Amino acid sequence: MLEIRNLYANINGKEILKGVNLTVKAGEVHAIMGPNGGGKSTLALAIVGYPGVEVTKGEIIFDGKNLLEISPEDRSHEGIFLSFQNPVEIPGVSMVNFLRTALNEHRKYKNLEPLSATDFLRLMREKKELVEMDNKLTNRSVNEGFSGGEKKRNEIFQMAMLEPRLAILDETDSGLDIDALRIVANGVNKLKRPDNSIIVITHYQRLLDYIVPDYVHIFYDGRIVKTGDKTLAAELEKKGYDWIKKELEEKELQY
Amino acid sequence: MFSDILDEIAQSEYKYGFTTNIDTEIIPAGINEDIIRLISSKKNEPEWLLNFRLKAYRHWLTMKMPTWAHLKIPPIDFQKISYYAAPRKKGPKTMDEIDPELIKTFEKLGIPLEEQKVLTGMAVDAIMDSVSVKTTFQENLAELGIIFCSISEAIKHHPDLVQKYLGSVVPYSDNFFATLNSAVFSDGSFVYIPKGVRCPMELSSYFRINANNTGQFERTLIIADEDSYVSYLEGCTAPMRDENQLHAAVVEIVVLKNAEVKYSTVQNWYPGDKEGKGGIFNFVTKRGVCKGENAKLSWTQVETGSAITWKYPSCILQGDSSSAEFYSVAVTNHYQQADTGTKMIHIGKNTRSHILSKGISAGYSQNSYRGLVQVAKNADNARNYSQCDSLLLGDKCGAHTFPYMDVGNENAIVEHEATTSKISEDQIFYCNQRGISTENAVGLIVNGYAKEVINKLPMEFAVEAQKLLQITLENSIG
Repeated sequence: MLEIRNLYANINGKEILKGVNLTVKAGEVHAIMGPNGGGKSTLALAIVGYPGVEVTKGEIIFDGKNLLEISPEDRSHEGIFLSFQNPVEIPGVSMVNFLRTALNEHRKYKNLEPLSATDFLRLMREKKELVEMDNKLTNRSVNEGFSGGEKKRNEIFQMAMLEPRLAILDETDSGLDIDALRIVANGVNKLKRPDNSIIVITHYQRLLDYIVPDYVHIFYDGRIVKTGDKTLAAELEKKGYDWIKKELEEKELQY
Repeated sequence: MFSDILDEIAQSEYKYGFTTNIDTEIIPAGINEDIIRLISSKKNEPEWLLNFRLKAYRHWLTMKMPTWAHLKIPPIDFQKISYYAAPRKKGPKTMDEIDPELIKTFEKLGIPLEEQKVLTGMAVDAIMDSVSVKTTFQENLAELGIIFCSISEAIKHHPDLVQKYLGSVVPYSDNFFATLNSAVFSDGSFVYIPKGVRCPMELSSYFRINANNTGQFERTLIIADEDSYVSYLEGCTAPMRDENQLHAAVVEIVVLKNAEVKYSTVQNWYPGDKEGKGGIFNFVTKRGVCKGENAKLSWTQVETGSAITWKYPSCILQGDSSSAEFYSVAVTNHYQQADTGTKMIHIGKNTRSHILSKGISAGYSQNSYRGLVQVAKNADNARNYSQCDSLLLGDKCGAHTFPYMDVGNENAIVEHEATTSKISEDQIFYCNQRGISTENAVGLIVNGYAKEVINKLPMEFAVEAQKLLQITLENSIG
């Protein structure tokens, strides 16, 4: 489904991604872990086409299509969703208008008629329950005055509305208390289907207790340096990242 | 509904820019006493009106064009403008007598002149260049005693009302452009709502400039007698032309005891091209007076067009406990300029006014809010609240706020708040990531920002205004 090959990317001229390789197949859950500043978020932003990330080399292929040639909105239409680490506030734009516009643009891309107001509101009600989203929040402007946790929950709510085929959750667990974490994770699990995939970027094992990954990748200094199954996450939790760094240094000495 | 609006976004930047080929009578360019006599005689005006015009003209000769606005205005040669242009076929008439080209023109603009085609409760006075083409629903309104006609007709059939109120709110000597208008005004709308009558439909004037090298100087007079109510709308468009055209209108509103007038404008004159060539100079004087107790006047304006917009719809709060509102959205893109706002003059006791101004600047445009809140010595307990917000799209445009306050009464409460914000790239990208194109994202954000004002417009106009905001700002980001 997603194939990233030897990806290099800069932010403000500084090289952040240094040869990322990653393959995600339909139905899989991948966790990406690693120390701060390693470039995990940059990878997520590169996949969704954030203009501040300049890809200098490599490829991102999604369903056989070269994503680097596709606009950010069409990447969304193709089914790629990013749950932002810091969702931005958009004062004056109601959640209802925002989501209705988004959903209908997705439908237009698929040559479907726009959803009627009634159907749209029904869908919204249904999806709100999935993440136990408060009515008060959906009546407000996009993320305006939301707490950190509410913003994250809103991201997953939007994911539920748009039903992406590839969802990237960038530190969706940070800022959530344990109850909210459980609700958000349950929401994500309910959205899991055999034909869609999830990439979870996180620092902590605790989210992975709920959203169980098929693969765990360790991201360090601009690339994936180690891949394992879910036990790797547990190992990281116990030992921290230092042993990875040590291992890498030793490897380099051998060459 | 919102998605419908988005779907309908026109690809062309100014879709009203066409010209109608129609036999037009244009008098020679230039202004002098003979021209004024000519205009007056063409309209078969009574002596008193000719004298009003001449008095204004003589006064105008002593005046200079003001320069205090935050605007760059190229010199205007008033001798090169023609002050009267009229479609050749004459007078108000039945549909059969109107040139079919004119009917087509207004249909193209979304203004059907055939009453059976009008579904919504709206009566229209359609004005092309210097004359009124057709006023709809006149008979129905007349049954209630409501007078809705062109000002030329009103001068003929209701001279007492016109003579009593014309120039009573905006005197002939008021300011450079209002004085010029008083000398050469051609047509406009006249409304009289009798005592105790609530006007059952929206009254609307649609102004269209068509002829080349002409100015439009319309004059609108609205009188709401005691305990009456009317909602009045004004729309305007013009063809695309490389030269600037002057539009200098005067609107006077008289609101008597317990009456209420809502005046809404969606101004979409041709704004000029992307390089700032051409476009209308929209230099307008609009003023109302709340003459009686509890009188109420509200101005709502959505200003998206014109190369330069320079106007301050104002209110004199003369009656005790009278109130006024001013809601404005002014959008400037490319090289457009706007210096607009309001004046609230509190004279009566317990008078209230509310100002809400939303400026949106994009491209290389300059957008200024200028407002005056004045409280007279005897205006006990006067209260004003002003809020002026500016939204910037890009970093080459400018937003400015010039609030003036002149408070002469200790009991008055006058408040002013101002904010400036910018649409951030991260907001746009957030929308993009959810599948919303940049164009639509800007539309969503701008319409969200302007919502409070748009909501004050009558439904039909609100939809139109939302579309306009979006079209005006196309290609303004990235």
